[in-house]
Amino acid sequence: MDFILNFWTELGAWAQGVLYGWGLPEWAVNLISDFVGVLILLIIGVMAVLIFTPMERKVIARMQDRPGPNRVWPYGLLQALADAIKMLTKEDVTPRHADRALHMLGALIVAVPALLVYAVLPWGPNIIGKDLNVGVLFIVAIGSIHVLALLIAGWGANNKFSLLSAFRVVNQLLAYEIPMVLCILTVILFSRTMSTQGIVEAQTVPYFVSMPVAGLIFLICAMAEANRSPVDLLEADSEMVAGYMVEYSGMKFAMFFIAEYVNMFAAAILISTLFLGGWKFFGLEDLAPVLTPFIVFAKAVFVIFCMLWFRATFPRMRFDHLVGFAWKFLVPLSMVNLMLGALVVKLTPDGSGDIWAEAGLMLLGNLIVIAVTAVILNRAARKVKDAPALQRIVAVER
Amino acid sequence: MNGSPVTMSHIVFIILSAIALVGALGVVLNRNLFRAALFLVLSFVAVAGFYILLEAEFLAMVQILVYVGAISILIIFAIMLSRRMMSSEFKAFNEQWAWALVAALALFAILAFVLLGVVWPTAEASVPENAISDLGQALVSPDQFVLVFEVASVLLLVALVGAVIIARER
Repeated sequence: MDFILNFWTELGAWAQGVLYGWGLPEWAVNLISDFVGVLILLIIGVMAVLIFTPMERKVIARMQDRPGPNRVWPYGLLQALADAIKMLTKEDVTPRHADRALHMLGALIVAVPALLVYAVLPWGPNIIGKDLNVGVLFIVAIGSIHVLALLIAGWGANNKFSLLSAFRVVNQLLAYEIPMVLCILTVILFSRTMSTQGIVEAQTVPYFVSMPVAGLIFLICAMAEANRSPVDLLEADSEMVAGYMVEYSGMKFAMFFIAEYVNMFAAAILISTLFLGGWKFFGLEDLAPVLTPFIVFAKAVFVIFCMLWFRATFPRMRFDHLVGFAWKFLVPLSMVNLMLGALVVKLTPDGSGDIWAEAGLMLLGNLIVIAVTAVILNRAARKVKDAPALQRIVAVER
Repeated sequence: MNGSPVTMSHIVFIILSAIALVGALGVVLNRNLFRAALFLVLSFVAVAGFYILLEAEFLAMVQILVYVGAISILIIFAIMLSRRMMSSEFKAFNEQWAWALVAALALFAILAFVLLGVVWPTAEASVPENAISDLGQALVSPDQFVLVFEVASVLLLVALVGAVIIARER
């Protein structure tokens, strides 16, 4: 029974035992197990495409009251596989005056930052690629490489739409990185560690319950970073065809497709790690450690479902509104939240018994922040509504 | 490496140095502005590798976050401010190359002189376990760096306000 409950740990120990049994030295065993670990993480990342493409199309279809893909057996679930075969057989076109090397480079590295993030995402108490003590900062730093990859892709094609999109990439991703980092800081303040594993262990109360403001801001920012509709202004097809990937075709386009889903899955796991308690689920993780990866996966699927729900519900924003929303609304709000967090941490003395007091105070403060924000927004909206028609347009323009 | 055996960290150091130098040369010699900026990224990432080698993970991550992140802004400005950037008609050298060579050699000579003359102290103790929280405490504790830290943030605030005033219409 114990073997089944601790299956993953036992499996790792057994595999290492086999390698030692072959008479390999310690460094070789470590090298091989690291290599296998990296391979598993990469496969999980790429499998995300096959899992979440059908899910996205089916969920959106149901929300829009249509059947969605239903031709490829069974229930349209193999549509992703059919799409993959189609992509592989398409011609690879490079525009005539493109910067060929950078055009290629963009497609090559676009999925890399997203896959790197998986190295620090925890799947269980002992199941993690590498528990860095700067784990969360690592994820934020990787984000800046992601910006560069999209910028290279947008520039390399020598197409005015993709270049415009490259400008938008830098504008949008950097704008949304700031409230995102401020929310992560609030989390770090309460967990007192930057390691992703430590953050999960510190969550007796999931942080989404104790600080919903940070959680919601982080969700919005993660969607903007992963370029999901309604904040997918980087590839808004009604404005700029397909943005930075407009000139990519065949397998190169498939790389961008993969990168998008890998990114979305990584963002979902990150949200469940930071705010939903990661591999913890009401003590289930102590009863049956074998279930922890499935707990993380279930939470990630729930987060992705919420993202799809947003996509089906809200229309796409206008670009200046989108950036203004980040700078004028999310940044001040997350700063208030961060200061509130610092105040709560200072008010409750350090100690093991005070986690509930800390969470309760933070929740109370968050509710006050939400109420005040609602009042302010209501007043601003009323001012726009009551203004004469011409002024109303001007007010919305600002 | 005074007679000591070659370890893994020596090999990694040499590889990282090679990458950093290739990146730096690429910045100077490339005729395309965009590519030159990308070589700068390569060089910075290699420097972040040095920090990881020295077990300063926090510094490495900040190096990537701040410098590599700033490169994308730099590239955007390069695209907006220079004409015909896509063509490779830019010359890597102009008529002042001789003076630049003299200045660079002088700088190199001074740096080499200093580097060879100093006896570098090496710490025996390993990096403490909670170096990051120690760093955080040091930045805000009154008897250490709080004044420097606050002055730096005021400086950044002034720059931010200045940028807003310059960019504002009216």
